[in-house]
Amino acid sequence: MSRQAVRAGDPKKVSGELFTLTYGALVAQLLKDYESDEEASKQLDKMGYNIGIRLIEDFLARSNVGRCHDFRETADVIAKVGFKMFLGIIPVVTNWSPAGDEFSLLVENNPLTDFVELPEGHSNLDYSAILCGVLRGALEMVQMEVSAWFVQDQLKGDNITEIRIKFIRRLEDAVPVGED
Amino acid sequence: MYGMLFSIKSFVNRISPVDLKDGFSSFKTSKYKCNLYETPSGLKFIMNTDLNVGNIREILHRLYYTVYVEYVVKNPLCKLGQPIKSDLFKTKLDEFVRELPIFPLRAS
Repeated sequence: MSRQAVRAGDPKKVSGELFTLTYGALVAQLLKDYESDEEASKQLDKMGYNIGIRLIEDFLARSNVGRCHDFRETADVIAKVGFKMFLGIIPVVTNWSPAGDEFSLLVENNPLTDFVELPEGHSNLDYSAILCGVLRGALEMVQMEVSAWFVQDQLKGDNITEIRIKFIRRLEDAVPVGED
Repeated sequence: MYGMLFSIKSFVNRISPVDLKDGFSSFKTSKYKCNLYETPSGLKFIMNTDLNVGNIREILHRLYYTVYVEYVVKNPLCKLGQPIKSDLFKTKLDEFVRELPIFPLRAS
């Protein structure tokens, strides 16, 4: 009885397992459609980008954080607020480059990869490539062009999953033709 | 309107002697007050109100996350950067504005 009450608490929340399974089915279908690991990874990244450009609005609306003053603050906000809000995990920000324009996110428990194993013959697949796309899309909407990629992947046998993010340049607000 | 607001915004940013907290938020003419709320993602919410309305930044922020994010951002059929065609959005927006305390009760 009490367990049912807890379950029915928040109808908007989907179970984590359903999320993981849905993502897995998506990746499997992409592999079938595109047949190559690289192509599937690229599509995942593209999908992530499209998610990211909208996700940022949801994020800004709910978290009410203002503009970040520097890239380090951005990194902290991504890890402690962004990832926490959407995936329920807080990756560790580390491996800053000397110029301060590159950093890594270390993810230990990636909810996308719960119970997942990469099958034989697909060792080149960036299973969680969607995350890189989301980061790229979201940051582009706040005027930062970045590139994001996987340095280490637990699914490929590494101890930890490491996403590297590099700041490329600041994007200026597009001014309509005719203005100065 | 975008050009005018962009120019006023950059003007305000330049002449401000202190570090900006919110930047340009509104201007008044003799007939109306134009309020602007800008998100870090560059989205601008503009509402024209009566002259005696105070700062509605909070209201515009609420509009952003209860109406815009829910009915435009989360709607895959609404393309970002294009005029919003969703009827549901228009209905929800109308409801939201009508329930605002600054919306006059005597107006129909």
